[in-house]
Amino acid sequence: MAEVNNRDEANRRITVTVSDGALIPDRGETSLFSAWRISFFGAIALLIILPTVRPRPYLDIMRFLPDGILATFQVTIISIVIALAIGLITGLGRISRITVINRIATIYVEVIRGIPLLVQLFYIYFALGQLVRVPRLASAIIAMSVCYGAYMGEIFRAGLQAIPKGQMEAALALGMSRSQALRKVILPQTFRVILPPVGNEFIALLKDSSLVSIIAVSDLLRRGREFASVSFQYFETYTIVALVYLVITLFLSKIVSLIEDWAERRG
Amino acid sequence: MDNITDNTQLMRIRIRNATKAFGTLEAVKNADLDVAPGEVVLIIGPSGSGKSTLLRCVNRLETLTEGDIWIDEDLVTDQRGDIRKIREEVGMVFQNFNLFPHLTALENVMLAPRTVKKMTKAASHENALRLLARVGLQDKSTTYPAKLSGGQQQRVAIARALAMNPKVMLFDEPTSALDPEMIKEVLDVMLDLARDGMTMLVVSHEMGFARAAADKVVFMDQGEIIEVGTPSAVFDSPKENRTRRFLEHIL
Ligand SMILES: Nc1ncnc2c1ncn2[C@@H]1O[C@H](COP(=O)(O)OP(=O)(O)OP(=O)(O)O)[C@@H](O)[C@H]1O
Ligand SMILES: [Mg+2]
Repeated sequence: MAEVNNRDEANRRITVTVSDGALIPDRGETSLFSAWRISFFGAIALLIILPTVRPRPYLDIMRFLPDGILATFQVTIISIVIALAIGLITGLGRISRITVINRIATIYVEVIRGIPLLVQLFYIYFALGQLVRVPRLASAIIAMSVCYGAYMGEIFRAGLQAIPKGQMEAALALGMSRSQALRKVILPQTFRVILPPVGNEFIALLKDSSLVSIIAVSDLLRRGREFASVSFQYFETYTIVALVYLVITLFLSKIVSLIEDWAERRG
Repeated sequence: MDNITDNTQLMRIRIRNATKAFGTLEAVKNADLDVAPGEVVLIIGPSGSGKSTLLRCVNRLETLTEGDIWIDEDLVTDQRGDIRKIREEVGMVFQNFNLFPHLTALENVMLAPRTVKKMTKAASHENALRLLARVGLQDKSTTYPAKLSGGQQQRVAIARALAMNPKVMLFDEPTSALDPEMIKEVLDVMLDLARDGMTMLVVSHEMGFARAAADKVVFMDQGEIIEVGTPSAVFDSPKENRTRRFLEHIL
């Protein structure tokens, strides 16, 4: 019973992400005043106007943040690469006909998806920290990768299952082994299918990476907090922090939608 | 049964007492069939009669529940044997083409010789070009399957199977997913193969092809082989009532 529910939930997740990810601009929306354009260029305009008109706090804030932006990207990119590797293995495990492997992969996905990312982050940093010293940045990356690896696993599973059965059969009929068929026929098609949802996960991960500021990794949010706690200009600082996140995620979502178009055209 | 000769050693495909059950449903029941080298055998029968299942057992895409299948001396149904070696020699063409959509026509044809036979890039490239020319698609080598018509896709699929240089070709309704105007171009390629001496096991209801190329027609119903004979014997004077009723239905 639980199994069935979980599967439904997973299926829904992938259909939602594949067909029409929340962040991806509507492709019909090409007008000059699309929601995406208003938000994106509005945010950029504010980031230019505010420091020009009131350089006192705003320019100082913007000078203080770039280190944090770098740290945010560092955590995000390293985590997504590891999460992709974990996701590939998990996805293959989820469709494996070997019961033990299948069960392990499924338990991993269920357990990780059942625990909030913030709790996982604390767990790895503080709980594991009692046994081994894990550096802050490393714990942040481990927590993000392990968490997103489970979601990536579901994306890979759905992507692998989206490839028609006839593809594997045609490859086997030509004398290929299962692993050859997987590498040469199934996975190249899977990667293309999952590119848009993986792009969305990347954006989600980038936003979630702000959680790592809680274990004192100097990411974008943390840098903002440091500035505000000295200057007491909380409103101004967090306005800029929010605008910077917004510009980055809107820019990335545009790229994801372009990739989606490209994938669709290649068919 | 009269379709089984004693001279079994000379047979390219030997199917003996083949039974395939899916749960309680017996898709194929006690089938016996011989195909000599160079012979073209057509399998006909109503939907669900087990034609595809029997064909798919020949290269073990399905595993028989009971019985044996040999290709020359190789026992396909031997679970310990390496089925891949046998599959290299048995080409298969599917109803839905099953071309690899991420590869061009040429790459589709080159893939198996490269990965399975470890052929060099140059050799497999030349081989693939020759085969595409043979199916009349030399000018489509850099085209992706999505940009090809159904008939063209199926011809690429035939070239892809031929690239492994098989001694047997299996066709599962190769023209039934095609628009009528494209059926001929595919059948012409198959006729050409038949004249070239390829051993072919074909599931199809194309009567014209059967009369032009088939040595034997096999009629299946409810998993059983009901009747085997020459095309004219089976089509013009069927011995069994079930065959007659089926032929009236499709003609
Ligand atoms: N993988 C499977 N699992 C369960 N039942 C199956 C499977 N494959 C085939 N069958 C059943 O076996 C029977 C024979 O199917 P098969 O596909 O061989 O028939 P067919 O003669 O090829 O029919 P068609 O003309 O519709 O292609 C059918 O009742 C079918 O539902
Ligand atoms: Mg069939």
